[in-house]
Amino acid sequence: MKGPGAIRHGLRVINPGIKATIQDLGRKGIRHHGLARGGVLDLRSAAWANKLLDNDRNAACVEIVLGGFRAEALSACEVSITGARADVTVNGKPVEMWQSLFLAPGDELAIGHARHHRLIYLAIRGGFETKEWFGSRSVVEREGLEGCGPLQPEDELPADSFDAPQGAPRIAPPQAWQWLECPPVLGLIPGYQFNQFQPADLRRLVTTEYAVSDESDRMGYRLAGTPMADPPPGIVSEGIVPGAIQVPGDGQPIALLADCQTIGGYPKPGVITSLDCGLLAQQLPGARVRFEWTDVLSAQNQRRLFERHYHQTVWSEDGRSLHWR
Amino acid sequence: MIEAAGEDALLIRFGDAIDSALPAQIADLCQRIEALELPWLVDLVPSYTTLLVIYDPITINVLDAKARLHPLLSETPSADQTKAEAADSRLIELPVYYSEETGPDLAWIAEQKGLSVQQVIDRHTADTYQVYAIGFAPGFGFMGQVDPTIACPRKDTPRTKVPAGSVGIANQQTAVYPKPSPGGWQLIGRCPTVLFDEENLSLLKAGDRVRFVSISREEYLAQGGQL
Repeated sequence: MKGPGAIRHGLRVINPGIKATIQDLGRKGIRHHGLARGGVLDLRSAAWANKLLDNDRNAACVEIVLGGFRAEALSACEVSITGARADVTVNGKPVEMWQSLFLAPGDELAIGHARHHRLIYLAIRGGFETKEWFGSRSVVEREGLEGCGPLQPEDELPADSFDAPQGAPRIAPPQAWQWLECPPVLGLIPGYQFNQFQPADLRRLVTTEYAVSDESDRMGYRLAGTPMADPPPGIVSEGIVPGAIQVPGDGQPIALLADCQTIGGYPKPGVITSLDCGLLAQQLPGARVRFEWTDVLSAQNQRRLFERHYHQTVWSEDGRSLHWR
Repeated sequence: MIEAAGEDALLIRFGDAIDSALPAQIADLCQRIEALELPWLVDLVPSYTTLLVIYDPITINVLDAKARLHPLLSETPSADQTKAEAADSRLIELPVYYSEETGPDLAWIAEQKGLSVQQVIDRHTADTYQVYAIGFAPGFGFMGQVDPTIACPRKDTPRTKVPAGSVGIANQQTAVYPKPSPGGWQLIGRCPTVLFDEENLSLLKAGDRVRFVSISREEYLAQGGQL
């Protein structure tokens, strides 16, 4: 990621924390090669990080797991930090999350440990211009592609040059983060082998709580609760999508996420909506989640409204509110 | 049968059980969908008995996407046509160096099955296999059906590292590991062909047919094989 001799713009990683990866909205049209989609786990927080900077919807940002990230500005730049609450400082001085933020060359940005939730997003005006794989900057660590891994100390994250801050800093409205503070209820669209599950097991799925287990990563989160009594047997492997809930023989559901495999042979009662995958992904081990049934059209409408808001709203001059065009 | 698989995908089912006639039918539908150049189509993921159609739910909703695909299903070719098409589907030859040093389970399979090592090799190279699906890892093609007389279950404890190019058997399936990875298939040899790279992506596609050809140690090394 270093361009010798070139003028350097962007950030230099001092400490990536436990794990930090570059993510955009993921890869398209490559899953039939066995490649995962990848992409940000929490669509809402990542979109708000970009919206604060008027970025392209697909601009690449850093997805930081549990915080502890430090970086130095190589040039003047404007950044934003969203997602799980953490103490953030610039040169040791506290600054706010969910706002746009100006960094001068040499400034040190430090993101502390995430409280209550798991994922923090760091965006930069214009997006990080790191290497692309298959038309996307999303990093899928488990595929082991050369150079396609988590950030390391001293990595440089290039971005476009930036002159000076224009206008007031943007401050995200409460709707940007309020959803994260709500008890996590995840919309589940019935599908795949829904009809092969026992009615009592389907009822259990939406009436009991599940705890997020320690075995949770970008591929999927294992959930622990009252196990299903009689899940259907394995099936002939079929194409699976991020958000699908698969239930192996032990009856404990696994929620598949952005880096999940492309085909699989466990039965699945349904798929979590794209926005609620983010709400699940934000939960720490031990957190309790519930499911509720929804339907495809409702989920698609919810997602479309979210995307329309991104594309069709503009910031007010004082940077404190958004207005529909 | 078309059903929704979450917010951004439709699953088309062609049958309930593995059937060697299906990969050609599914590949044919893929071609017909691709020919339409649908602006909302994101990806097509074929597997044994299904085709997953991934679309952009911002551009089209589930009802319209279903309605657009539905007429294509009634045009699904008959079994006879499919057989004729299967004959023209791509046939790929994969060279394999079958040996003790590249196939640590070769002798075990021979012993379990009461065969000589050469008989196991002969039976693995005798058939032409269908590629049913790509998955598990980039470029990993699930192929079948392996002669029942050499079919064997996965290892009880998977290996933590299977070398790139390893050719394995799991029940009636066979595959080549494109990259080093953990894996539980019984290993019988190694293939020097590159099955996945970042530029050309997966060499194998669902619907292709594959024949394994036995090569010597010298040929394996000459073709870039690693020991």
